[in-house]
Amino acid sequence: MNATEAEAALTQELRRIAPDVDVAGIDREADLREQFDIDSMDFLNLVTALNKRFGIPIPDADYPRLGSFAGAVAYLVEQVP
Amino acid sequence: MGEFRMPSLGADMEAGKLVEWLVKPGAPVKHGDILAVVETQKGAIEIEAFEDGIFERPLVEIGAVVPVGTALAMIAGTGEAAAPEAPVAAAKAGPEVVAAPSPPAAPPPPAAPPVTTGERARVSPAARRLAEQKGVDLLAVTGTGPSGEITLADVEARAGGAPAAPPAAPAGPALVAAEAMTGMRAAIAAAMARSKREIPHYYLAHTVDLTAAEAFVAKYNERREPAERLLLGALFIKAVSLAAKKYPEFSGHFEGGAFTPSAAVHAGVAINIRGTGLVAPAIHDSDQLSLDALMAAMRDLVARVRAGRFRASEVADPTITVSSLGERGVETLYGVIYPPQVAIVGVGMPVLRPWAVDGMIGVRRVVSMTLAGDHRVSDGHRGALFLAAIDTLLQSAEAL
Repeated sequence: MNATEAEAALTQELRRIAPDVDVAGIDREADLREQFDIDSMDFLNLVTALNKRFGIPIPDADYPRLGSFAGAVAYLVEQVP
Repeated sequence: MGEFRMPSLGADMEAGKLVEWLVKPGAPVKHGDILAVVETQKGAIEIEAFEDGIFERPLVEIGAVVPVGTALAMIAGTGEAAAPEAPVAAAKAGPEVVAAPSPPAAPPPPAAPPVTTGERARVSPAARRLAEQKGVDLLAVTGTGPSGEITLADVEARAGGAPAAPPAAPAGPALVAAEAMTGMRAAIAAAMARSKREIPHYYLAHTVDLTAAEAFVAKYNERREPAERLLLGALFIKAVSLAAKKYPEFSGHFEGGAFTPSAAVHAGVAINIRGTGLVAPAIHDSDQLSLDALMAAMRDLVARVRAGRFRASEVADPTITVSSLGERGVETLYGVIYPPQVAIVGVGMPVLRPWAVDGMIGVRRVVSMTLAGDHRVSDGHRGALFLAAIDTLLQSAEAL
């Protein structure tokens, strides 16, 4: 998966979780949870959504790699064929 | 024939505003079906039917603010003929209410079973608030959210593309200050002011080693899909609920000068709603649920709260509240008891700290847990035992 596709998918799933946050206005390198004001439940819902959408396992140990928007995009690019 | 009434959703609620009917006249309704959405200070609440029958006709217009106990609609019993010409009582939209004393006819307690209905579009809390400010009729808005929910942008579009800022607000950074407290903020203020006025709080704090609990969660999650995974928060709710079962003076309601312990433990879970406030609806029988069932209940509840919808029965009956900061914030949270409850457990952000174990210093992840208790019902001695019991339960997480 290329970065543009990963970004679009991530944006869509984040919008589901935090519909009132504008992805265009966030700092992509900063803490994803801070930027979207999401808690651990929201984050787990994001992981669940990405898992269902792409069939990638995303173990607990990989959560830190989803720490920022940019990090999550890079993770998807790497993991999703 | 029965009346479907505006329920009381807490001792501080005097009135509610009818915002939506989810059934049409003539439709059959079952106990537990969601019939209407009521805007209260706690947000939009789904109101359930408490009997089977036919939804005959509404008695109150959309938009009307009516006191608790007011009949909202007539429900004909099954088998009854449609009612004869009753006075067409489409009540005028009441003036802004009305600190009317609650009528004596208390509404029956709402039904507990988690019936899934409500096919109608959901509305995000921010969207609902903007619609209110702009006078936008939500029924006329098409939701474009991922599941068809009405988002802030939809309401903005409907309002004529006007910017979201309140029209009269001066330019500049202090927009928020110019806004009146929203309904939910006003509700929080009223409940907390009453709490601080009436409840003689005492506070206890304890630091809990999370090693065992985290190891359990990591092992549990290891082989599970994300949809089946646990959060540490579920363990906290379960441990508090089990401890509350053992120490009943922390779970129940103080009303009319007396405390009534609750036979069942319904943990209220404080849930943050972005930009709006906080609600703490109940997970019913939280001491009885297995961890996976409790986790599923939490996920469902959080999702519905975030979507701006939860049920009357969830708002009305928590017996103790758990407020957890999660993974962001600070080490310690001191709660304010939500009346008529008598205790709140605050859970801070887990942190790594030097910790003495078996005569050695190691680095452990620990969490601060606090108890705010009501001195009319308990004292620090029992409170300490209760808080220590929560710690003990978390040390053998596999038994939760």
